[in-house]
Amino acid sequence: MSTPTYKQVWKENLNMNNPVLVQVLGICSTLAVTNKVVNTLIMTVGVSLVTAFASYTLSWIRHLIARRVRMIFQVLAITFYVVLLQLILNAFAPEVARSLGPYVGLIITNCIVMGRTETFAPANPPLISWWDGFTSGLGYMLVLGTMSLIREPLAFGTIADIPIFPPEYVSSGNNWTIAIMAPSAFFLVAIIIWVFKTRALKVEAAAKAPKPATAGGTK
Amino acid sequence: MSYVDPITLLFASIFTSNILLANFLGTCSFIAISKDIGSANGLGIAVIVVLVLSSAISWPILHYVLVPFNMIYLDLFVYIIVVAAVVQALEMIIERVSPALYMSLGIYLPLIVANCAILGVVLFMEIRNYDFFQAVIFGLGSGIGWWLAIVAAAAMRKKIDKSPVPAGLQGPGITLITMGFMAMAFVGFSGILRVQ
Repeated sequence: MSTPTYKQVWKENLNMNNPVLVQVLGICSTLAVTNKVVNTLIMTVGVSLVTAFASYTLSWIRHLIARRVRMIFQVLAITFYVVLLQLILNAFAPEVARSLGPYVGLIITNCIVMGRTETFAPANPPLISWWDGFTSGLGYMLVLGTMSLIREPLAFGTIADIPIFPPEYVSSGNNWTIAIMAPSAFFLVAIIIWVFKTRALKVEAAAKAPKPATAGGTK
Repeated sequence: MSYVDPITLLFASIFTSNILLANFLGTCSFIAISKDIGSANGLGIAVIVVLVLSSAISWPILHYVLVPFNMIYLDLFVYIIVVAAVVQALEMIIERVSPALYMSLGIYLPLIVANCAILGVVLFMEIRNYDFFQAVIFGLGSGIGWWLAIVAAAAMRKKIDKSPVPAGLQGPGITLITMGFMAMAFVGFSGILRVQ
């Protein structure tokens, strides 16, 4: 397998092979941390960096690890970066760290990190693996950002704690508290997947259909 | 934190703060495995066992090793190793004691290491300051809650397979919507008990 280019990786991870929408990985945190824009932003940056550096490290030592014991190395490398992230968050953003609760630690078992270090990093050189991990994180950020931008205004009338709806929206009690509760998270991610997949199916159908016509016409 | 009696905690962790539907933990393997009832049941039972064991083992390590030696920042390392070790040990024991059970349960065990429900429960145990008994009960209740949710979802997916679902929504999409409805049903319990 030849090494993919940076541009290919970027396109794959953000669009056609989006870790959340297509591979359906990392759903747990997708649902849990998207109730506030700020939390989501910090969480997704954290996941991007952890995935990137874990991929980098594991790709760097990929020739030294026997295939049978690679799982434990992956887990330890990921844990190392997550602990770093947790310490940094505790030091500089203790409030966010508290409201994210166990979900920062749970980046260890975030399937996106596991998935990238298992599939991409062992087969590719370090730098492109770093890029792959980072763009996977960005793909994840894209989906989570969208979700938090829908959920926070509906529930609190704010985006990143800046009010965007008139104060009556919340004080009148007509705000959609359901938007930050569990069910809405499930529905919202399902709807995003639905929209995305319908579009992907259309692109696929369009790519298939005109082929015979152009092949005959251009030459 | 006020002391929560074990029975309340058990029911709270099964119903009102269901680990899957209220805390979203273990969703990945949930979506992957809930296709058929047999494997859902197998994985669910495996999760219950691993949850009880790993919270029972992590608690003493946290309170007798990490806290006294002021090494609390290493907690994630310790927990992930405990979970992996429990799963590995369980796999070996089951293989020895009951090959039949191993055949039906064995393939699900490695999946559990990457199931965030396990690590999540252990981290909740630390954050909420449970005592040993509470930790074990919380592990048990969360496990039962997860098992209940996955078996119910598998049963529902069986029916959905026969329904005409829009092409873009097939697979994970409709599963997530099903889970949304289940979560709504479980939200109905939330007025009864409130345990943080």
